[in-house]
Amino acid sequence: MTGDDFAVELDKVGLRLGTQDFELDCTFPQGRITAVVGASGSGKSTLLNLVAGFEAPDSGRVMIHGQDMTALDPSERPVSSIFQDNNLFAHLDIFTNIALGVSPGLKLRVEDRQEIEMALVRVGLAGFDKRLPGTLSGGERQRAALARALVRKKPVMLLDEPFAALDPGLRAGMTSLLLDLHAETKNTVIIVTHHPEDIKKLAQRVVFLERGRVVYTGSTADFFATQNVKAVDSFLNG
Amino acid sequence: MMLRRDYRRSIIFGTVAFAAVFLFMALAVAALLSFDAGASAAGIMDAYTLRILRFTLYQATLSTLLSIVLGLPVALALCRRREFPGRIWIVRLMAVPMGLPVIVGAFGIITIWGRQGVLNTALVFAGADEPFSIYGLSGILIAHVFFNLPLSVRLMLAGLERIPGEYWRMAASLGMGPVSIFRFIEWPAVARLVPGIAGLVFMLCASSFTLVLLLGGGPAATTLEVAIYQALRFDFDPQRAIALSVLQIALTAILLGLLAFLPSPEAEIPSLGRSLRRFDGKGIGARLWDGAAIVFAILLIGLPLVAIAVSGLSADLPRLLSAPIFLRAAATSLAIAALSAALVVFCCMAIIGARQAVGSRRQAGQPLRFLSAMLGAGSSLVLLVPPVVLGSGWFLLLRVFGNVSFYAPVLVALINMLMALPLAMRVLEPAFTSHFLRTGRLSASLGLQGLTRLWFADLPVLWRPLAMAFSFAMALSLGDLGAVALFGSENFVTLPWLVYSNMGSYRTNDAAGYAFLLGIVCLLLAAGGVSRQSQSARASI
Repeated sequence: MTGDDFAVELDKVGLRLGTQDFELDCTFPQGRITAVVGASGSGKSTLLNLVAGFEAPDSGRVMIHGQDMTALDPSERPVSSIFQDNNLFAHLDIFTNIALGVSPGLKLRVEDRQEIEMALVRVGLAGFDKRLPGTLSGGERQRAALARALVRKKPVMLLDEPFAALDPGLRAGMTSLLLDLHAETKNTVIIVTHHPEDIKKLAQRVVFLERGRVVYTGSTADFFATQNVKAVDSFLNG
Repeated sequence: MMLRRDYRRSIIFGTVAFAAVFLFMALAVAALLSFDAGASAAGIMDAYTLRILRFTLYQATLSTLLSIVLGLPVALALCRRREFPGRIWIVRLMAVPMGLPVIVGAFGIITIWGRQGVLNTALVFAGADEPFSIYGLSGILIAHVFFNLPLSVRLMLAGLERIPGEYWRMAASLGMGPVSIFRFIEWPAVARLVPGIAGLVFMLCASSFTLVLLLGGGPAATTLEVAIYQALRFDFDPQRAIALSVLQIALTAILLGLLAFLPSPEAEIPSLGRSLRRFDGKGIGARLWDGAAIVFAILLIGLPLVAIAVSGLSADLPRLLSAPIFLRAAATSLAIAALSAALVVFCCMAIIGARQAVGSRRQAGQPLRFLSAMLGAGSSLVLLVPPVVLGSGWFLLLRVFGNVSFYAPVLVALINMLMALPLAMRVLEPAFTSHFLRTGRLSASLGLQGLTRLWFADLPVLWRPLAMAFSFAMALSLGDLGAVALFGSENFVTLPWLVYSNMGSYRTNDAAGYAFLLGIVCLLLAAGGVSRQSQSARASI
């Protein structure tokens, strides 16, 4: 693989938050789904925050498609973020919530409206336009968040434990929806999760973190076969 | 769960306490109505009365508008600027006017905005020939904004800080500008609170007494409460007082009714420790705007407070402290405050106990349920009859039995107690309810009842909220001028009355000293209540 195949690269990124030190140096291949795994407090969310621009590194660079992102605001980066919860403004209907992804001032053209309707159909929420998020189930709300990521058409998608609040049945449905969308858009996905099932089904690669450092990178199959990294071993086998 | 003997006793105590409160109010109202009903009915709607009513509503509307419109940018700025130097102290500063006796705050406002005040001196120095007058509508508005802007800032800030942290991240990643953030995130969060806050502030301003008494200018700028007071104290015109009182009760009844329909703004103090990150407002324009809003609030609230401290400290405090009149006033005030605080706490405990007794019965009959509902509503119905009306009623009742000043201290303590009742209930009821949910069965199974139960099971846990309610009630009573105003005289002097009479006779230095002392004592008492609250909140997490 050449350097051009990396969609996202954390180049010797150093960061100190409170008493925790982070030294992150890793790459995420173009058009693939990479799972970021590790114990809580190991720096998974911090890694996503660095890529999304919610956190600025003390040293090093964050690169996306070979360009230095370090000085850019979150909205200037080619990424969409989906959090575990509260992805939708509770007081705005589903259509408006998704439309804000197209235009933050809600200036919509006819094409934009059609595209939003299509995205809703695509995630299985046709006809939900006027519903408020509170009247939807947790799974439906996350689908709406996916629809917004769809209309934003950003090449990189960051997901921070997006299914953690869902029942197992819903998880499976969301996983396959995410895979379908990924197959269509060929986007680069970085997903934080701690469910081995999600990793197996979704990810082609795994980045494993321990205490703010990358201790393992490799393909998903290798990850589950790994025995020589103690932290990974204790994560997989308890 | 409650033992049978405790159950009976709770119901009886609660009913007696409620009946006493109710009677105290009803007798005052009855005395007013029966005084000379024929004349009062005719006199109720004359042009003079209507003008006062109109001004009462007018100034309350303007005060409410100003408090909210000017408070909104301050709340937005305080929520956005997490790193503003001394931010936590600025938020705490916004709590000070709530604990400050109204007359002390008024003294500070006059020192800054008054004829000889800092502002006018500066204006004259700058070449203005017409000094700005604090008396009349403008003064009333300034004072109401001083007391109510911080209240609405705190309530709006609490609402803004309840916004999920993800919203700010989302706004940043979607590239929402300041207008979009206000339209889609901030305003929806605040808008839900505005009706409740407006209702509360309007209620406070419509029933404002001390500020209007001090700053109102003659009949053109007076409210119902002050007009009642003046009708009795200066004109001795009971008919007019009665007419105005009826109007005042009707007005508060309507306002309370409307308030019941509005969502109540949660008075919870924003969680100061929670980390909340904002990604917006980095531009220089936004910084300047927010900075200006915060500095405006600091000056508005801070300057009068500084004025109180500076002029208080430059007064001859040792002489004031040893003056016989001060010692007499302090003793009277403390006795009244302690009596009214103790009565409030007992009354609340009795009412809460009875409500719990009814609640513990799975099949409480219709009458019992009605009783419980009455007890619950009773504490807020107290607001229906304002202190001045209560005072006037009892003034008319007791006049028959000779010198009213003989009963005055007890009467003032009782009126203060009624004023503190709704606040104390709000502090005590949740604490008692959760305590009994936790320990009720255990106490019952051990056979703990009566004083044993109170001593071993209840007081060790409940002393904190009890002390808090007591200290709040004391602060309220110590700083209150409303009830004393009717009865104050040479022979009956409280600390607020002392400040008031010194201000009235232009002994400004002495008034400054006394205002300073009174302010310190009341703020300490109020702060004691607050810090205990946050400790217990932390302990319960």
